[in-house]
Amino acid sequence: MIQNDRRVRIISGHYGSGKTEFAVNYAVKLAELGGKPVLADIDIINPYFRSRERAVQLEELGIRVIGSSVYAPAVAVPAIAAECYSVFDNRAVDAVVDVGGDRAGADVLNRFSDHFTHPEEYDLFFVINANRPSTQSEKQVEEYIKSIEKGCGLKVTGLINTTHMLKSTTAKDLVKGWELSQSVSMQTGIPVKYNVGLARLADEIPDEMKNNFFPIELYMRDDWMS
Amino acid sequence: MEKLLMKGNEAVGAAAIKAGCRHFFGYPITPQNEIPEYMAKELPPLGGTFVQAESEIAAINMVYGAAGAGARVMTSSSSPGIALKQEGISYIAASELPCVIVNMMRSSPGLGGIQPAQADYFMATRGGGNGDYYMPVYAPASIQETVELVMEAFEVADFYCTPVMILGDGMIGQMMESVEFPEPKKRNLPAKDWATVGTGGKRKPNIINSLRIEPDVLEPHIQKLLDKYEVIKKDETLYEKVNCEDADVIAVAYGTISRVVRNAIKKCEEEGIKLGLIRPITLWPFPFAAFEEISPNTKAFLSVEMSAGQMVDDVKIAANGRIPVEFYGRYGGNVPKPDEVVAKVKDILGGGK
Repeated sequence: MIQNDRRVRIISGHYGSGKTEFAVNYAVKLAELGGKPVLADIDIINPYFRSRERAVQLEELGIRVIGSSVYAPAVAVPAIAAECYSVFDNRAVDAVVDVGGDRAGADVLNRFSDHFTHPEEYDLFFVINANRPSTQSEKQVEEYIKSIEKGCGLKVTGLINTTHMLKSTTAKDLVKGWELSQSVSMQTGIPVKYNVGLARLADEIPDEMKNNFFPIELYMRDDWMS
Repeated sequence: MEKLLMKGNEAVGAAAIKAGCRHFFGYPITPQNEIPEYMAKELPPLGGTFVQAESEIAAINMVYGAAGAGARVMTSSSSPGIALKQEGISYIAASELPCVIVNMMRSSPGLGGIQPAQADYFMATRGGGNGDYYMPVYAPASIQETVELVMEAFEVADFYCTPVMILGDGMIGQMMESVEFPEPKKRNLPAKDWATVGTGGKRKPNIINSLRIEPDVLEPHIQKLLDKYEVIKKDETLYEKVNCEDADVIAVAYGTISRVVRNAIKKCEEEGIKLGLIRPITLWPFPFAAFEEISPNTKAFLSVEMSAGQMVDDVKIAANGRIPVEFYGRYGGNVPKPDEVVAKVKDILGGGK
């Protein structure tokens, strides 16, 4: 399920698209494969639903979580831990970087640009949720990709289809996102790396989507949430 | 209708625009910043106005001005910011002008924290500012209901010439949910012939004012407001009752916490306990009618809140001493969990049925 991705997987996209759930699930899968992955949460956009809120649970699974330099999971200050440099500097580390939404979130990556010494080791993934009002058309997605690339100085290397409706997601949602991602891919030449969805959708999606299906659990939603 | 995935704050902005709101004045504060962000992006292309004011006080007074000119206008903030707006809200209520105020509550007092809370119940339902006034307060429990109540709030504001509050919490503002946008339900609204839009030399100037120095002028004005509030109480009170018939305990919860209670209802059911829910949708007027009939089987009301206990006072008024009123709350930014509610219910019933 995890493909031959590069050492540092940077997850970007429009806010509210499912970046954090994907980032957390990706880190969990890396840990399951026996590594000691790092999840760097550099989201300074969202005040709630950030991966650092789940730090204790994730540390137990063998994931090193780097969040804000201020230890306060509930605080919204634009403070990034200096330890985040290690993701780029320490070439032995397997990392997932959870970036804040939109261009403003991706701008934060600029802080690390003088540490981008081995860009061939980084993947910049762009998450697409076709159910979000601002990323429903090819044009909208391409504009987002351009603004994020401009913000952080890296090129998007993979599209991630996370199209969902939370716990009531159907295969139809994921197919809709797959079609949008495919057409963006045709235009931009950026490959669609994963179709991300709840594990229960595995048998319901068309065969052509199965080989890069990335099953997830919802780590960020409490049980009373829809 | 197309279903979209939206954050509560975005949905507030989209619903307001759909309801005809074209003017927004605000000042940033977490956890509601996506509302001004949305309005800043969407209003100018529609010919509307977005102003990030120099303060909350300035923003509410811009709302006062725009409302006086007959515009559909909104402001939004979160707890400490809403506290700053109270003077303006009192002026707007006294001047009988329509506007919508959104409060995505965060933990307080003081600057408190940025996590969700429901500790502005008193401020919202007891007037908040100075003087004898109230305003309708809507407490949505989902993003879909937020959309519908924001649309309704503009109609109610125009119908009664009153400020109306949408009282959410940070969770409603920040949570993503699926949502669709129905056509707003329109009321038969009176013409805004009081608006200060220029006389055209054809009539006397309209005057909007909250200053009435003579007691014999102010008293009848207050009486006029009070008469209006009686009509609102009679015609606009909204609530939902779930599972209340023969319930062992009836929880009372609004907004986000009613969702937690619904989850607790299922968990109680598994243990053979019948937990009911009264969910006020309007907090003012409070739905006292929902408490009129109590089954002889019901041992207590249980107010569950993200506060140290505020709505529980209204529940006590509603219970009127007939059965005990219990309280369970988490505060400071913590959200009660369904299991905690179940434990409290068991505690009330003496360790289970």
